[in-house]
Amino acid sequence: MRPDYHLSQLDVLEAEAIHIMREVGAEFERPVLLFSGGKDSIVMLALAEKAFWPARIPFPVMHVDTGHNFPEVIEFRDRRVAELSIRLIVASVQESIDAGRVAEETGRHASRNRLQTVTLLDAIEEHRFDALFGGARRDEEKARAKERVFSFRDEFGQWDPKNQRPELWNVYNTRLRRGEHIRVFPLSNWTELDVWAYIEREKLDIPSIYYAHDRQVFERDGLLLADNPHVPRAEDEPLFTATVRYRTVGDMTGTGAVSSAARTVAEVIVEVAATRITERGQTRGDDRVSEAAMEDRKREGYF
Amino acid sequence: MGSASSGGTNPQTPRTPRMDMMRFATAGSVDDGKSTLIGRLLYDSKSIFTDQLEAVERTSRDRGEDYTNLALLTDGLRAEREQGITIDVAYRYFATPRRKFIIADTPGHIQYTRNMITGASTADLAVVLVDARNGLTEQSRRHAFLTTLLRVPHMVLAVNKMDLVDYKAEVFERICEEFSAFAARLDIGDLTFIPISALHGDNVVDRSANMPWYDGPSLLHHLEHVHIASDRNMIDVRFPVQYVIRPHAATDAELHDYRGYAGQVAGGVLKPGDEVMHLPSGFTTHVRRIESSGIEVPEAFSPMSVTLLLDDDVDISRGDMICRPHNRPAAAQDIEAMLCWMSSDAVLTRRSRFIVKHTSRTVKAIVTDLHYRIDVNTLHRDEAATQLSLNEVGRVRLRLTQPIFGDPYSRNRITGGLILIDESTNATIGAAMITEAS
Repeated sequence: MRPDYHLSQLDVLEAEAIHIMREVGAEFERPVLLFSGGKDSIVMLALAEKAFWPARIPFPVMHVDTGHNFPEVIEFRDRRVAELSIRLIVASVQESIDAGRVAEETGRHASRNRLQTVTLLDAIEEHRFDALFGGARRDEEKARAKERVFSFRDEFGQWDPKNQRPELWNVYNTRLRRGEHIRVFPLSNWTELDVWAYIEREKLDIPSIYYAHDRQVFERDGLLLADNPHVPRAEDEPLFTATVRYRTVGDMTGTGAVSSAARTVAEVIVEVAATRITERGQTRGDDRVSEAAMEDRKREGYF
Repeated sequence: MGSASSGGTNPQTPRTPRMDMMRFATAGSVDDGKSTLIGRLLYDSKSIFTDQLEAVERTSRDRGEDYTNLALLTDGLRAEREQGITIDVAYRYFATPRRKFIIADTPGHIQYTRNMITGASTADLAVVLVDARNGLTEQSRRHAFLTTLLRVPHMVLAVNKMDLVDYKAEVFERICEEFSAFAARLDIGDLTFIPISALHGDNVVDRSANMPWYDGPSLLHHLEHVHIASDRNMIDVRFPVQYVIRPHAATDAELHDYRGYAGQVAGGVLKPGDEVMHLPSGFTTHVRRIESSGIEVPEAFSPMSVTLLLDDDVDISRGDMICRPHNRPAAAQDIEAMLCWMSSDAVLTRRSRFIVKHTSRTVKAIVTDLHYRIDVNTLHRDEAATQLSLNEVGRVRLRLTQPIFGDPYSRNRITGGLILIDESTNATIGAAMITEAS
């Protein structure tokens, strides 16, 4: 065999993801891509652009907006959507609260993380979406390591991990009854490092907070939280300036920054390759609830 | 890419050389040390993170276990941790400088056979684990058979717990002989035997000093070096049309007539200028251009996802096949296949009906014959069998409402495989591997 029949791991992962996206484009009536402005959804959107090029991406994107986002990320989201001339649907957690669909959590650890599920499921019902692309990766978390690429959700949006559809080769069962939907994870087989390597190879633009910058932060439960209007600080939580970057992008209320001097993608890759802590473990308060925190949220219909 | 893009592939370096990717499945039960082995591979390749390890240590302590139970790393569902077994496939990732690895950690119990098959269907290699103290068991024979049924091209029989048999060469050799005798009844492409101790790390990453009589590679060395690129079919051109790209851009003259056939190459090598045939029409034309998101590529082969532009305007839609005029798949309405039944609600009998999905084509099917059921533990063929129930495997004949463009599974795992879907529940109720198509 000629040596140039070699494909790198990124080539194979890209080909797999594009195949998955085209399968959804062909077999579903109302797909939507969940786009938060985070690195995984940025890669997913870039892959969608490739999959249907030169035609426009044949589905809208949706952001479940907690109202507690980093302003840099919202700005990036709006810019990217405008560049691609695609439709952005914003499903607002604040509106769910105002409408009485969910109650705001109170107390020191109040977060809108769990409330997002209701907003998401309401939006799915309202727009009658039958397929939702999510940027989740199996290397992130052990419940996600178990999930299919095409992951079935019943009419209540629930995941039944003990009764998943067998998924063989690259042949995906896309059949549904009314009211049911499928979560589709084109990045299932990507690792955090693959995502960064792809961002570097494709020269993808990402929000500035992924690079090292000076920020006013305070420490809580081992996380470096940004000074923000949504989280009242206690007296023993003084603000200080640190040089940090974000390894994941979630809410300002629960996403920790990491100390870093990495100002380029290449420097971030060096740091990610050397780290001994998982990204969710290092930066997410929401996963610290229990051993099965993610599985429990996913069963309810979380991302 | 278009001007609307902030990214864009650099045409000079569309492919990064060096690292490639391998998928392997592990089969065996917790008792065989499967989770310990995976834990060892992840740990020694620095793919276990400190917070994951701490969580496992904490849980092990809470349960009163006196050792760090590495199975807790891979058994990710609440029910699995409660029952101490693997129910469904878990995917794990690690990389060495040579390769990125995807481990499909599959359950060993017979009631989860369908989940093991899910994991094996895409694997380049399978590691079948055997406990050196017990030798071959019914379960290891079943795992070897299912691995072969799914045509995983490479198999490693890892004889584990060598430390518990004093690292004796005779024990290893006896198991190898016994397995070889059994393997002669299967069609195993490439078989390697490795004596290991997952707990102590013997022959897992490094060669073991405890077994000087063994002169083969360590497991990781073997995984890194086994040649998998030639397992892909590079001979028979097969391009199942997945999606037709028509931008409908009335204002852009260049895009107005654009008609691209998008899909993932399932076999062979396609180049611009090649004469190709469209099925079902039988019409021939030439490849004008091959694109990957607008950038011209000199050739396309499996598993690349590309877009083909053809010389002539042919009426081509999803579910069609593009191949070479003198090397075509069968346009088959009757197929002989090995079938694994995966439904717990119903059994398969003669006259069972379901939906079949094959590459990008979906048709209806009826079982016209059940030739035999095969005992997955003993390989015994029961020709008197009249049904297949959950996790049973048999040889069947199917009649389809419309032809599919298929090859024997032994020749091509993509164009030879199909899934079965229940018409009323939409559940995936089986998988079939084509043995003959006509």
